[in-house]
Amino acid sequence: MASGPGPYQAQILDHYKHPHNRGALEPATHTSREANPLCGDEIVLALRVDGTGRIEDARFDGEGCAISMASASLLTDALKGKTLEEAQALDRPTVLGSLGVPLSAVREQCALLPLRALQAALAPPVPAQGH
Amino acid sequence: MAHAAKVLLNVPDIKKDFPILHRKMRDKPLTYLDSTATAQKPQQVIDAVVDFYSRYNANVHRAIYELGEEATRAYEGARERIAEFIGAKDPMEIAFTKSTTESLNLVAYGYGLKSGRLKEGDEILGTVLEHHSNHVPWHFVRDLKGVTLKYVDVDDEGHLRMEQYDDLITKRTKIVTVAHVSNVLGTISDVKEIAKRAHEVGAVCVVDAAQSVPHMPVNVRALDCDFFAFSGHKMLGPTGIGVLYGKKEMLELTEPLLGGGEMISEVHLGSAKWNDVPYKFEGGTPNIAGVIGLGAAVDYLAKLGMPAVRQHEMELTAYALKELAAVEGLRTYGPKSVAERGGVVSFTMEKAHPHDIASILDVEGVCIRSGHHCAQPLMDRYDLAATARASFYVYNDVEDVDRLVAALQKVNEVFG
Repeated sequence: MASGPGPYQAQILDHYKHPHNRGALEPATHTSREANPLCGDEIVLALRVDGTGRIEDARFDGEGCAISMASASLLTDALKGKTLEEAQALDRPTVLGSLGVPLSAVREQCALLPLRALQAALAPPVPAQGH
Repeated sequence: MAHAAKVLLNVPDIKKDFPILHRKMRDKPLTYLDSTATAQKPQQVIDAVVDFYSRYNANVHRAIYELGEEATRAYEGARERIAEFIGAKDPMEIAFTKSTTESLNLVAYGYGLKSGRLKEGDEILGTVLEHHSNHVPWHFVRDLKGVTLKYVDVDDEGHLRMEQYDDLITKRTKIVTVAHVSNVLGTISDVKEIAKRAHEVGAVCVVDAAQSVPHMPVNVRALDCDFFAFSGHKMLGPTGIGVLYGKKEMLELTEPLLGGGEMISEVHLGSAKWNDVPYKFEGGTPNIAGVIGLGAAVDYLAKLGMPAVRQHEMELTAYALKELAAVEGLRTYGPKSVAERGGVVSFTMEKAHPHDIASILDVEGVCIRSGHHCAQPLMDRYDLAATARASFYVYNDVEDVDRLVAALQKVNEVFG
């Protein structure tokens, strides 16, 4: 696939148009739903962790921009086979690095939405603020 | 091409007044189509701010020395010109805040919560097309006062469903609030009619005018609204300066949001008396440079003539709607008739997410906005997560629209 301008390199467009691991996961042991407050995009992330603490399967669902969807596709690929400790160690530089394209600060939030969903899926629940 | 717009406003000459428009973005001409978020500033406004800080910076109102007198004259002179610009009867009906948001919060707090005019079980009537800044302050009032919030819906084209006011305004309605122009759909609300309906039951009408004052002639006395909030930075002025107009008697009923210096007539240990309207709302050293800059912005717009500004934007919007309709897979939102909308066009594309549209346009030097535009309830109404939005102002012309359309063709190439 041909590359486009700016961040729209072939890998990103490919993962956006043909996402890996998209859809529901049944049964799942860990799930989360995260929204990007800048655009209202939402992502659902689901993991199935086996008895030894290893991620057997990871899937995502949601509608979003090419950057967030490609990032989710790449992240779910990376999660499979990882232990929970390894998954918890995934950080911003790793996720941004896996995309391998230049992103403005606002677009980084798109790229990091799946990581935030992962952190939420692995963290104990916190009460929401607001009314 | 529709070049008629240039007859009304001399856009090439206007562009010369805006230094930022001479900038190249990524080696391409800067095509700024996000004035609904914030407008660019003409040299005249920049100079007014620089002149204040360079020549007569002093605190206003209580200095005995000449410098302070000069600053006060400029500050109060701007208040007079802003009052005249919106047709207020009296400059004392103009209170300075930091933003439309603060102005609306001031009304929600000072009138909604503290005036004693609202009690549990009363109702506040808004609409689904409001910006978050005209939703959330009323949530506060509901939470603290036990009032009920109700909302008028829009039809599929984005017009307010005016017939709903028949049922939704009741004897319990105390506040009716509406955006004069929607920041997403461009819909122009019939504020005069809505204010009339509010007054029939003794309610007040609060208008979010952030998107109307910069773009069309307004007259608060003709509209007969009670409160009217807008921002300087969307009308060529500096950031950090907002205005609350209120009818004198309504401002008298409204309690201040900020306690401090300037807003009092006398203070004792444990008690204070408020200063007169509008000074009781201007606690703390105000944004003097912002007010003076906004005064210069009003002078600039008045010289162009607001009827001409409005006509120019209508023609540009009509041209944009026609050209955008020819882009494959593109859908626009809002009223079809340009007479019923401001110079803002929200759109989506079949193959590309609004954020991706904005990113690709950015590479072409075209600045548009994407997202929910701080109007999530409206996005929910149309079952949208986000839209892309282009908006026009006095310094935009058909070439800007043509560059937008050419860049959108690139979006289709990338995501085709």
